[in-house]
Amino acid sequence: MSKPLKQIHLAAHFPGVNNTTVWSAPEAGSHIEFSSFAHFARTAERAKFDFLFLAEGLRLREQGGKIYDLDVVGRPDTFTILAALAAVTEHLGLTGTINSTFNEPYEVARQFASLDHLSGGRSAWNVVTSWDAFTGENFRRGGFLPQDERYSRAKEFLATTQELFDSWQGDEILADQASGVFLRDAKAGSFVHHGQHFDIQGQFNVPRSPQGRPVVFQAGDSEEGREFAASGADAIFSRYATLNEGQAFYTDVKNRLAKYGRRHDQLLILPAASFALADTDAEAEELARIVRRQQVSGATALKHLEFVWNRDLSSYDPEGPLPDIDPDVSDNHISKGRAQVRMYRDPLATAREWRELAAANKWSIRDLVINTGNRQNFIGSAGTIARTINEYVQADASDGFILVPHITPTGLDDFADKVVPLLQEQGVFRTEYEGPTLRHQLGLAHPDDVRGEQRAAS
Amino acid sequence: MSPSSLHLAVALDGTGWHPASWREPVARPHELLTAGYWADLVTEAEHGLLDFVTIEDGLGPQSSHPFDPDERTDQVRGRLDAVLIASRIAPLTRHIGLVPTAVVTHTEPFHLSKAIATLDYVSTGRAGVRVQITARPNEAAHFGRRTIPPIEDYDGPVVTDLFDEAADHVEAVRRLWDSWEDDAEIRDAATGRFVDRDKLHYIDFEGKHFSVKGPSITPRPPQGQPLVTALGHQSVPYRLIARQADVGYVTPHDTDQARAIVAEIRAEQETAGRAGEPLHIFGDLVVFLDDDPAEAAARRDRLDALAGERYRSDARVFTGTPAQLADLLGEFQAAGLTGFRLRPAVLGHDLPAITRGLVPELQRRGAFRTAYEADTLRGLLGLARPANRYSAASA
Repeated sequence: MSKPLKQIHLAAHFPGVNNTTVWSAPEAGSHIEFSSFAHFARTAERAKFDFLFLAEGLRLREQGGKIYDLDVVGRPDTFTILAALAAVTEHLGLTGTINSTFNEPYEVARQFASLDHLSGGRSAWNVVTSWDAFTGENFRRGGFLPQDERYSRAKEFLATTQELFDSWQGDEILADQASGVFLRDAKAGSFVHHGQHFDIQGQFNVPRSPQGRPVVFQAGDSEEGREFAASGADAIFSRYATLNEGQAFYTDVKNRLAKYGRRHDQLLILPAASFALADTDAEAEELARIVRRQQVSGATALKHLEFVWNRDLSSYDPEGPLPDIDPDVSDNHISKGRAQVRMYRDPLATAREWRELAAANKWSIRDLVINTGNRQNFIGSAGTIARTINEYVQADASDGFILVPHITPTGLDDFADKVVPLLQEQGVFRTEYEGPTLRHQLGLAHPDDVRGEQRAAS
Repeated sequence: MSPSSLHLAVALDGTGWHPASWREPVARPHELLTAGYWADLVTEAEHGLLDFVTIEDGLGPQSSHPFDPDERTDQVRGRLDAVLIASRIAPLTRHIGLVPTAVVTHTEPFHLSKAIATLDYVSTGRAGVRVQITARPNEAAHFGRRTIPPIEDYDGPVVTDLFDEAADHVEAVRRLWDSWEDDAEIRDAATGRFVDRDKLHYIDFEGKHFSVKGPSITPRPPQGQPLVTALGHQSVPYRLIARQADVGYVTPHDTDQARAIVAEIRAEQETAGRAGEPLHIFGDLVVFLDDDPAEAAARRDRLDALAGERYRSDARVFTGTPAQLADLLGEFQAAGLTGFRLRPAVLGHDLPAITRGLVPELQRRGAFRTAYEADTLRGLLGLARPANRYSAASA
């Protein structure tokens, strides 16, 4: 008997601050006006997507000591925009990236529990960490966290918020007008947490929300990050949207679940993925080529090279050869507030590899950057993209994808209208929402049911 | 509209300001944690053409005690984050201002600045904030980062320090709102620049309790500066109002007090170097409104009996008819108040009494608008959109 078809999960990443958004295109709209967010969210909901995803960054990026000005800059507050989007959607999950370094558990727990109430059970939290003093300069607590403590704080932060969410059982509010008893239990919301990073106690003042706790996402690819996700996240926001890398990551992370007493289906692997969709495969290839050139101007190519070289390369010609000087390997990095920089752990090796690639292909600096980064994950007609996405998911390269269009806010429209119906015809994507909450769309149990299951098993 | 027109706001909290209000048949106490409940309240206020609503909040359970939890089970306990309620309602309304409460003692100015800026975007220019301090030790313990000494004296050093910190907080928030000039986004395809970095500014705020570098991650909001409001009962909070607020809420019990408070705040305003800037002073009143004054008084007595004690408030508690309230508001206005924030004793009863009883009465007297006359909250209050402090400095 053949294996039953997996159901695909799809989400929409609002194209915010990144180096892939084509802001110069004539159809590009505002990245900050609410109408853009509303259009994007309504498109995702029309297509029956699981959720909308928002990234975050708490300080404007700098390069060479100046604010980086070549990419989209500016974004809204995560909680506030998600609460407003709850008013213009009914089923779409609302996933926000919130930093565990420059926030406090009581406050974040209040905000997520409030969002969960105000959206009828659609909130999700992508937990990220930050350790840099650069971002810390914007915050009261200031400073930074030693790198080796960031996951320990994140873990304790997450555990503490879950203690707060669990401090209400859900049946405390009686509100009996006749007897005058509002609360069954004067101690509802009581908590005590004494730990390494947080030493807090009192009463949580948001009663239990529809999902009990928000769905938890985790991003990050380090050994610690994978373990952190396996131990308690509901989904991973991954970056491996290719078949082989995706399968390797998928196998590795899913195999870590057993030691935490968790099943394979209790953690979803959802890579971010971009796409170029056109009427034919050939047109899509041409579109992808054009988009990549729009994404990487000459100036952008030079700045990208600076991530690796860690030097001012503004005097180089982006249409000319790669620099023959070596990268500066000191820690005082030219680029600040940007995650990609950490991808190049051995700049000398990367520079050597890139020079060889450029020489072999006769690439200029700009050609190199175009060809080594930002390639769309799915390129083709609607039929090709639907087939490829389904193949990847059935082959366990992922459980679905978080799509990042390159145009704001209409970049998802064609995907919704053309690709989604094909996935629905193949029976691998929903035609109606599964239930009122995000946990329903993701096939995740309510935490109270999980608690019951664990009690029954013990 | 005549220049003598007064401004009206309504303060939303739970089922109303009387602690037994949740026991009234109109109260909907099971719906307090739903979006629909708040949408209905704000929509009702908008039907009454009110300037704005405020939404109460706190970083701990509600309590009848000023500094400690009370562990009572006979009153509404538990609430949602006010900024998120305001944002959830914003797309459902078009004209009314939305002014959530934010506690500035334990929160980050950077986060608050972008949250209120975003509320201004989602409401297209109708956002404000009511800043509040907390001296409650139990709320400090929810954060575990500082302890707050017991309060002996409302004008003493502990309270003064908390309000000075609040003033710093607002200063940092305001600078962050200005940290992007209005035309910082240039989308210059020729040079490949999305923003003009010369129009983005480090705020470099340094205060006694914290420092903030900036700029904000959120562009300057539609109003430039959303509305900043604060409640005060004493000289120390009056100073915060005079230094940093666009609207101050005060609690006079008669016209002499109103006159004295207004004089004190105006003097503080001059000391703070803001004499020329518009600053609204709103009177806060708890209201029981009925067509028959005896009925309003009887309703108060009935709720007091349910609560087991006489309801007292920092603000004057009014019982009577819409016409009597309109008379009182007129007297207070003559004493120098420019508007009122009414606290409905029972939201389900007294909010519609304001919008359908008081408002038409004021309109008959030519004292209140008959249509929304501006697109932004600042516009409704007759406040100009402020110039950006940084572009002014660089010009």
